[in-house]
Amino acid sequence: MKDWRYWLAEQRGTLLALGIFIVMFVIYTSNHPAGFTANVVQTAANKGVLLAFVAMAQTLVVITSGIDLSVGMIFLLTNCLASWLVVGTPMQTTLGVIAVLAAGLLCGAINGAIVIYGRLQPIVATIATGAVYYGIGLLLRPFPGGSVNEDLADALTGRVFGFVPASLVVLLAIVLVIWVPFSRSVLGRAAYAAGSSETAAYMSGVPIRRGKFAAYTLAGLLAAIGGLFLTFFTYTGEAAYASGNSYTLFSIAAVVLGGVSLFGGKGSAIGAIFGALAFRTIGDLLFVFDFDPLWQPLFQGVILLVAVSLGAFALFRVRNRLEWFL
Amino acid sequence: MDGAAPLFRMEGISKRYGGVRALEKAELTVEAGSIHAILGENGAGKSTLIKVMAGVVAPDEGHMMLDGREVAFASPGAANKAGIVCIFQELSLIPELSVADNIVISDPPKRFGMIDRKAQRRIAEDALARAGAGDIHPLALVKDLPLSRRQMVEIAKALARKPRILILDEATSALTAADVSKIFGVLKRLRSEGLALLYISHRMNEIAELADQCTVFRNGRNVASYKAGSKSDNEVVELMIGREYSHIFPPKPPAAPAGAAPRLEARRLSWADRLHDISLTVRAGEVVGLGGLDGQGQRELLLAFFGVLRGLSGEVLIDGKPVTITSPAAAREDGIGMALIPEDRKTEGLMLPMTVRENLSFAALDRLSKGGIIDRAAEQRLIDDMVGLLAIKTGGLDIPVGALSGGNQQKVVIAKWLMRQPRIILLNDPTRGIDVGTKQEIYQLMRKLADAGAAILFYSTDYDELIGCCDRVLVLYDGAVKRELVGAEITERALISSALNIHGEESPVGLGASL
Repeated sequence: MKDWRYWLAEQRGTLLALGIFIVMFVIYTSNHPAGFTANVVQTAANKGVLLAFVAMAQTLVVITSGIDLSVGMIFLLTNCLASWLVVGTPMQTTLGVIAVLAAGLLCGAINGAIVIYGRLQPIVATIATGAVYYGIGLLLRPFPGGSVNEDLADALTGRVFGFVPASLVVLLAIVLVIWVPFSRSVLGRAAYAAGSSETAAYMSGVPIRRGKFAAYTLAGLLAAIGGLFLTFFTYTGEAAYASGNSYTLFSIAAVVLGGVSLFGGKGSAIGAIFGALAFRTIGDLLFVFDFDPLWQPLFQGVILLVAVSLGAFALFRVRNRLEWFL
Repeated sequence: MDGAAPLFRMEGISKRYGGVRALEKAELTVEAGSIHAILGENGAGKSTLIKVMAGVVAPDEGHMMLDGREVAFASPGAANKAGIVCIFQELSLIPELSVADNIVISDPPKRFGMIDRKAQRRIAEDALARAGAGDIHPLALVKDLPLSRRQMVEIAKALARKPRILILDEATSALTAADVSKIFGVLKRLRSEGLALLYISHRMNEIAELADQCTVFRNGRNVASYKAGSKSDNEVVELMIGREYSHIFPPKPPAAPAGAAPRLEARRLSWADRLHDISLTVRAGEVVGLGGLDGQGQRELLLAFFGVLRGLSGEVLIDGKPVTITSPAAAREDGIGMALIPEDRKTEGLMLPMTVRENLSFAALDRLSKGGIIDRAAEQRLIDDMVGLLAIKTGGLDIPVGALSGGNQQKVVIAKWLMRQPRIILLNDPTRGIDVGTKQEIYQLMRKLADAGAAILFYSTDYDELIGCCDRVLVLYDGAVKRELVGAEITERALISSALNIHGEESPVGLGASL
């Protein structure tokens, strides 16, 4: 086989998610009253990147065969924090952004430390820390409010060169600065190895703990970037419990749509980004077809089921039935 | 030995697992530029020895010296750094990563802090070529490769780490004959480059071809070291024999009951590349043993009978009638009445956090319930019977089964199936890791069940058990039955030599060259 075929096989999940997204987006824009215009794309992008950041965060943890149920709450907490700190002079704003990102890193690091060194199951540990993070967010913003540096907010949610959504540019930059180095670093490979077969990784002398810790910590950072963007879009901070929960759950859906295996060891954050964008577009489709918004959850659920089923065909080839349970 | 310190030496190494002594004051000297074969039967301590060398387990006592300096390894990574690399029997490859990723996994080449994929590719191609596996594409995912190719990747991965001592633990067991000869070429070249190779294999012909030095292990001790070729196969078997007889076995019935159609029969049963043309019969009232070295297809054979494997060829007959069993649930149905006591009670036999009561009644729930409701009184009666019959020692029926001792857990697994009064009982190494007292009870029970009319197929890695419990023993090698031993023929010597597939003068079955 040629090299490109292996590349194709490796990227199949990502390409499938890209395909699903493009098909949906084309249907969406071609039925939109305004059509494929800079405005439509910008609105879609701004809605999509929020889930994209949270889904990237989820990907990192899922790769280690863990799950992070606190990403949505880190997203909320950093939103509340940003509505206090990302204000004032350019200098103050910069320091505020750094503080918000540091808070996200810290949340992720706490998750990682509890899961890896405390040996708690990720699902329980992150439910607990998620509640704590939400609680802190609620103390920071008992009522919706606050403000944000509007110059920065408008610049990052506006357009570059008149037609490219700035939020997409930031998303791309984050992929290049965080995801690409991580996935190609020793720690990233350790995260994949730990997710695929922790025993084999241990026997091969792979730095499993550091790899997993890096994954959890960077997940906190990515969720915080999402939280910052939420603040830029809304100009306020709000500890909205339902919203945090749905971001957590949608991030898992986006990750699966994006071809990331919940068993760990396989998938890419880029796939998860397309998964997130596709998932958001499902909701928008209902809007252009004038469906009652009441149909949205049902419709999203059906699409998700169909997409996820595509990945289950391999089970028909198993020759030892015990492998079904591995 | 000429004054200079040997490359590696271990002295007085002991290791216990619970009450079981795996190694007892073992010694080993490894010289550079030679291939050293380690021999011994199942449980002689070979695996523990290499696990100690490779940093997987820490010894309870003893020293290890590398270049005359004392060393201790906290992890496999530490042993690798010191130049000791082991190719384990259970593969250490990461399935979702590519071949190249796996080959460089312990120390990937870096550039600007990131993994240099071009350099990685070069290293991988180079290592694959050195292992004689240039046909494997470095970008292929390991999980997509067949077992024999994975083993070649494993060898390439070891070579890429530039070892000084390379340990191969049954590294050729899954390879094709063509690969084996390539690997032998590679190993001989490595020897000439000054590496020390430790070679663990049960294939005597391989050892004869490769080894310079041999050490035989028995009961966790090295009992003899000799120059390869200076002892005959029979002398080697003699050295491996001699385990202490510590078990008491129930008397066997005078002669195996004959006559009626066999309760369980297999005709030319094959599966994937693990089982080849296996034919056997088990009659009611008979205990038939499965022997041979670990991993020769015994486990797969039992799983095949129990309906776990798909794509079987050949026939299975119950009471002379052909049947197709497609799941464990079907295997236990009335017309078949099969039970399997699995190898690993913790994952395949018990739900550890659930209570003793729940675990006991799982297999028989359909018989104890009407319309989906469990008849608690009937359940209690049956459980009381079983707890009494097997003398299960438990603090109560409502404590988690995980709180019981290993022996009592195993009794629960057995009792669970006896509640269905099975007609055919398959046992997969049921006494592994349990105390001697419980072992004896299990032997008595097996004979009692056979006397009551059950057909028993019993795989054990402990030769004493096969000798003490079985009316007949089938010895498996490479997924095929190599020899059948009946009655007084079942001796340790016969079991070991047929397990090693040696065609000694006393071997009655002329099977020609293996492989």
